[in-house]
Amino acid sequence: MKILVTAKRVTDPDAKIRVKPDGTGIETVGLEYKLNPFCENAVEAAVGIVEKGGGEVVAVTIGNDDAVNNLRTALAMGAERGIHVKATDDQLDSDLAARLLAKVFEREKPDLFILGKQAVDGDSNQVGQLVAEYLGLPQACFASKIEVAPGKATVTREIDGGLETLELALPAVITADLRLNTPRLPTLPNVLKAKRKPIAAVTPAELGVDTALKVATVAYEAPPQRKGGMKVKTVAELVDKLKNEAKVL
Amino acid sequence: MSILVIAEVSGGKLRKATLNAVTFARQLAAARGDTVAIGVLGAGVGGAAAEAAAFGPVHVVDAPALATCTAGTWAGAVADLAGAVGANAVAATSSTFSRDLLPRVAARLGAGMVSEVVAVTPDGRFKRPMWAGNVVATVEVKTPKAVFTVRSTEFALADPAGAPGAVAAAAVTVADDGKAKVVSFAPTVSARPDLGEAKVVVSGGRGLKDKEGWKVLDPLADLFGAAVGATRAVVDAGIVPNDLQVGQTGKVVAPNLYFAVALSGAIQHIAGMKASKVIVAINKDEEAPIFSVADYGLVGDAFKVVPEMIEEIKRARAG
Ligand SMILES: Cc1cc2nc3c(=O)[nH]c(=O)nc-3n(C[C@H](O)[C@H](O)[C@H](O)COP(=O)(O)OP(=O)(O)OC[C@H]3O[C@@H](n4cnc5c(N)ncnc54)[C@H](O)[C@@H]3O)c2cc1C
Repeated sequence: MKILVTAKRVTDPDAKIRVKPDGTGIETVGLEYKLNPFCENAVEAAVGIVEKGGGEVVAVTIGNDDAVNNLRTALAMGAERGIHVKATDDQLDSDLAARLLAKVFEREKPDLFILGKQAVDGDSNQVGQLVAEYLGLPQACFASKIEVAPGKATVTREIDGGLETLELALPAVITADLRLNTPRLPTLPNVLKAKRKPIAAVTPAELGVDTALKVATVAYEAPPQRKGGMKVKTVAELVDKLKNEAKVL
Repeated sequence: MSILVIAEVSGGKLRKATLNAVTFARQLAAARGDTVAIGVLGAGVGGAAAEAAAFGPVHVVDAPALATCTAGTWAGAVADLAGAVGANAVAATSSTFSRDLLPRVAARLGAGMVSEVVAVTPDGRFKRPMWAGNVVATVEVKTPKAVFTVRSTEFALADPAGAPGAVAAAAVTVADDGKAKVVSFAPTVSARPDLGEAKVVVSGGRGLKDKEGWKVLDPLADLFGAAVGATRAVVDAGIVPNDLQVGQTGKVVAPNLYFAVALSGAIQHIAGMKASKVIVAINKDEEAPIFSVADYGLVGDAFKVVPEMIEEIKRARAG
């Protein structure tokens, strides 16, 4: 089975993000970048399926030149080769990212396309669904379990109210949630091996995609801050405050 | 033109959360001079459509192919409905239902989509959180049509319209695309209120250790008729079901009162609860980040403090 997976470059998920004073973006000085955690789950799932049943995993990233480093992480986890679509975040919206990925899909013709359910920077949670629609494929979003059989995938999804299991005809699109698996840490030999794995670069123009945006981000600001930090010494004091100050009892 | 709110129906009933999107749609309609309509889709949704009519005109697509929600089949139905009623915008309250479905609708309509809208600006732009809520972005939709999911915590439940709306069957035919089918659903069974709708939420973290330790929260939740929430660590450990997770990748809640017990306050968790009115944190580590967003922090062992607090609250209420 051939599986395409995403490997998006994001700011360190645990970093404290600050907005630039002029509101044109975030402070990037000293920020570290990582592979999007949900993409790690996607890569792990794909590599796991291919280790069991054979096939090939191809990883794709859309990003600046540094995104190649994050693509290499996916290669070190077991993807065979990478595709780097050259575009910077400010040139993209979810829709354009999806149309670029749909073109890559058409070139690669995989049986399955597994993406992270969202990127921890943009938090939009749209791209997998958009790709599925552009390609006319079935989707299973927020996957916590994937089983493949010839011509079909059975996917358990984490949804409001419980767990739903869907059966999809292949080819299909799946978006990974965090409980899908525990992503492996690349071993040093695999990191070295990944350096020699092929990465093909391609531009949006070469993919023949119209790069007009449907949604533009025009300003960034810090959210309102809570005035927290007040401590009480005893349970009695806490309950007294809840009753007489906050009036929530 | 009209703004079409897509209703969420569960067990034949209109989900209350639909009404948060109605409020958003009314705000947007007022700014643009548009009207608001509600789309009720599904199989056997007559009852839900009648409920929805209290809030505005309703367009119904009732079809056997919509008995279960598979996004491919549903997206066609929603996009066709938007076309049939002349809608230039489609909106729904953010949930796993709408997050799964609406991007496909946007692709069908050639529309830009904004996820998790928290505000409409006077000049017709939209605010939305990014980076786990550490940044609020202002975005502009460049296409004539637009699709939105909106945060229930930022738009109140809508009041009924002055006069009930008409309920009309829409001229939309639905065909199952046959590519996806629901084979089973394992519901979370709980006697407690829905996380999104509860006035009080009691959340616990890894510090409660296991299913046995978790029970310390039950009498506290009982005392308030509260919903119970959890951190990712607790869900990952299998102590509670996945749909109790609060945070960046779980539910976003804003109750009147939020108890954060034995949880550290990772940015991903805070993203889901920091709009709560009053936050109480109980943690044995005085440096825990949760204290920085708490109105009342108490340093202590949850297994000792929570039972004491329950007794003290009972006394305070009696007195
Ligand atoms: C991409 C991504 C998305 C994520 N999304 C979410 C999300 O949506 N929601 C979420 O919650 N997390 C999310 N996380 C995980 C998050 O980063 C934290 O790992 C998680 O929230 C920690 O859970 P915790 O606070 O229960 O555990 P810990 O961080 O281990 O904290 C346990 C706390 O309990 C305290 N404690 C221990 N024993 C006691 C005791 N007896 N009495 C009182 N206090 C005690 C400790 O002092 C400590 O502060 C996400 C992570 C990533 C990478």
